[in-house]
Amino acid sequence: MSYYDRLIFELSKSGRRGAYVPCGTGKAPVPFGNGSGIWRKQAPALPEVSEPDVVRHYTRLSQLNFGVDSGFYPLGSCTMKYNPKICDALPSLFADLHPLQDEETVAGARELLSRTGRFLSAVTGMKHFTFSPCAGAHGELTGLMIMRRFHEMRGDTARTRILVPDSAHGTNPASAALCGLEPVTVPSGPDGLVDPEAVKPLLGPDIAGIMLTNPNTLGLFEKRIGEIASLVHGCGGLLYYDGANLNPLVGVLRPGDMGFDILHVNLHKTFATPHGGGGPGSGPVGVCAALKPALDAVDGKVSAFHGNFGVVVRAYAYLLMLGREHVKELGPFSTLSANYIKESLRDKYKLPIDSVCKHEFVFDGLLDDGGREGVPGATTLDVAKRLLDYGFHAPTIYFPLLFHQSMMIEPTETESLETLDEFIAVMRRIAEEAASDPALLKSAPHHTPVSRPDETEAARHPVLKYSPDK
Amino acid sequence: MARIPFFPHTQEDVSRMLERIGLSSLKELYADVPPEFFHEGDYDLPSALGESEVRADVEALAARNRKLIIFAGQGAYDHYTPTVIPALTSRSEFQTAYTPYQCEISQGTLRYIFEFQSMICALTGMDVANASVYDGPTAAVEAARMCVASVRRRKRIIASGGLLPCVRKVLETYARYGGYSLSISENPLSELDDSVAGVILPSIDRTGCICDLSGAAEAVHAAGALLAVYCDPSALAVLTSPAEWGADIAVGDAQPLGMPLSYGGPYAGFMACREALMRKLPGRIVGQAYDREGRRCFVLTLQAREQHIRREKATSNICSNESLMALWATIYLSLMGPEGMRELNEACYRSAHDLRGRLLSTGIFEASPEGEFLKEFTLVPRRDAAHLHKFLLDKGFFAALPDEEGRVSFCVTERRTKAEMDALVAAVELFAKEEGR
Repeated sequence: MSYYDRLIFELSKSGRRGAYVPCGTGKAPVPFGNGSGIWRKQAPALPEVSEPDVVRHYTRLSQLNFGVDSGFYPLGSCTMKYNPKICDALPSLFADLHPLQDEETVAGARELLSRTGRFLSAVTGMKHFTFSPCAGAHGELTGLMIMRRFHEMRGDTARTRILVPDSAHGTNPASAALCGLEPVTVPSGPDGLVDPEAVKPLLGPDIAGIMLTNPNTLGLFEKRIGEIASLVHGCGGLLYYDGANLNPLVGVLRPGDMGFDILHVNLHKTFATPHGGGGPGSGPVGVCAALKPALDAVDGKVSAFHGNFGVVVRAYAYLLMLGREHVKELGPFSTLSANYIKESLRDKYKLPIDSVCKHEFVFDGLLDDGGREGVPGATTLDVAKRLLDYGFHAPTIYFPLLFHQSMMIEPTETESLETLDEFIAVMRRIAEEAASDPALLKSAPHHTPVSRPDETEAARHPVLKYSPDK
Repeated sequence: MARIPFFPHTQEDVSRMLERIGLSSLKELYADVPPEFFHEGDYDLPSALGESEVRADVEALAARNRKLIIFAGQGAYDHYTPTVIPALTSRSEFQTAYTPYQCEISQGTLRYIFEFQSMICALTGMDVANASVYDGPTAAVEAARMCVASVRRRKRIIASGGLLPCVRKVLETYARYGGYSLSISENPLSELDDSVAGVILPSIDRTGCICDLSGAAEAVHAAGALLAVYCDPSALAVLTSPAEWGADIAVGDAQPLGMPLSYGGPYAGFMACREALMRKLPGRIVGQAYDREGRRCFVLTLQAREQHIRREKATSNICSNESLMALWATIYLSLMGPEGMRELNEACYRSAHDLRGRLLSTGIFEASPEGEFLKEFTLVPRRDAAHLHKFLLDKGFFAALPDEEGRVSFCVTERRTKAEMDALVAAVELFAKEEGR
């Protein structure tokens, strides 16, 4: 397939149309453009194209994209598992429900939400859920609002700071700050884990709680979570669980049993709803029994209506297929796959912390990057770009920030051994290429629709919309 | 036990993989977990279902909803969805991709987001738009934060009481947790002072009236604040744009651009602004670039604003957008074009004015003061508003949505047929007759 270069605007020809519109009832004269100030004087510059133009254009655009259905997508922290097709076929059954419809006319939709809440309770150990948040970061913010509200309801208004480990997802400190909480960084220990001894001196009557993702962003289980929970609870704080890394725990252990009070779940990660090129997702928030009043105070109030209902329908269908039988396979299979890749590549890539990982792990670049006097070595970015040539998506790169050449690999439970073996073989080959000819990686990718763009120039002179003369 | 169709592991695979790792059981993968945390016993989930059973289960749930004819809006509008849209957006290269971090294999996503930004700029008249946010109300919150971030030492936002209830609700929720303080006012321009960072006005108010915003931007700017306008992007095809009114920021929900009601989501919020505010605009932004061979391509740009770089210093925590819904809106606007969007608004205008006239002739509404409106309008019933709403609900209509002031709102889109409107008018006449007894 050759590179396709057009924008829909560039297919436009005056007088073309791609949709039929009925003319309405009645004979009221339409005053548009009558010179009164409220009516627009000039039509918006939208493209004028026929239906086949539109279909072909977007079909060709889709062919420039890579999705989970195109190939292996080991993007760490994003849980790019296969999205079952049946789940996509079901939301349209609810397409004509208006969000403000009276309760008695939406009994099926309400029942679906309440069942999904019960299923998520079973999996996470939380008691009550709200589906209002539209994404993971939205769930974090909602969860922190609940945390603040809980303290306020007890008349405790002094808790204005929150503990966040240095390995946390970037959204954690950002959500905290937006919720009026000052993030306090907890440094990771040399084993990559949070040390309760490092938490202790930070605690006090001003601490609202702690945000943790467990396993953490290195894919390591925070095994001293029990002690951390006692410490934080002991000082009157709450534990927030960032559900981004829930996948390896599903079917094995539950955040609610580890002392967490609030969590969000990324339905688009753990419960297999498609990522849609960056959304829509869904980030329901669950709380333990004591926090129900605080949850009720924000439920339905952080987004327009009931959150991304269509995404919840997909997750519900997935949970039905998982059932009590298969739920126990999910976490272990995802963990098995990650460890299998790690053990198969550790002689070629730098493993900064040697330990059994959970659903993902982090390499800190190549062991031999090919760098010599006058020849720069291949970086994590170069490995990532070279992977694209071999038909794989790249891992998450340069995150977590604890290492300079982070490469975070998460295979998920839906990939076969054969796929993992192919990926391993390619990663080994790339390591060999790096050692012998790093320039080959530096100029990669070579076989994609476009090569590496000049992003610096794009940011320096931003062109952010189409204009006919450019 | 039947196998689940999307876990490919055979027993032999599992053994081989464990052997490579040097372990003898799956349980050993969790050796670092303190034993008291394991969940022993069964999970409280139903027994696993196969695909055909799942379909039947969800169909049975859907059958418990009532199919109503929608004559209501208030932030969610029953416009028609051309079949082309789901046919294209369901292509799995779009649907199963992540955020376009690897631009060389994400040109499809990046290209349509650039087109989406361009179309939002065309409708709002603004210079820059982002890749979308969760929904309209959260876009309004982000606009409030932009104002505070752009105007030094001011934190107060005045939002018009005329904004939709769903927008006002979310603005109030967020205000409670910091970032900005919120005043709701029926006359925001009369409350301007040197504490105000921004003013949020509707382009169409919650009663359906189109707002004449002449003088608003001048007044807001004279007070040193910024003006954000909340708008319906479908209506903007025929209305004076926020940029022409002199606004600095335009936000709203893209749902009216052909997205199904879907019990409230997914929709997509949009945000656009003047070039001067570009670096304060939150969310993903796609820009044009050139690759090493000089070919035009598209990349995520201006990322220095974002949370994964700025962490707690970011002005927003948003890290996703509603990408697939932005594609939905982009395809919709491509199909409709400027001509189709005008005709659509004409159809809504004609039908809504027709219905309003016919409802007034039933005699149970007072001829409330009338501003110019497009598809949504509000009437004052001479009977109990809630009673009227329930009566119509029993007849199969979602109509006459009561507000806090005892008024009722109606909305008519191009999807409503003459027969449906006749039936609604007949139901209102019946209500008038029965109530009159």
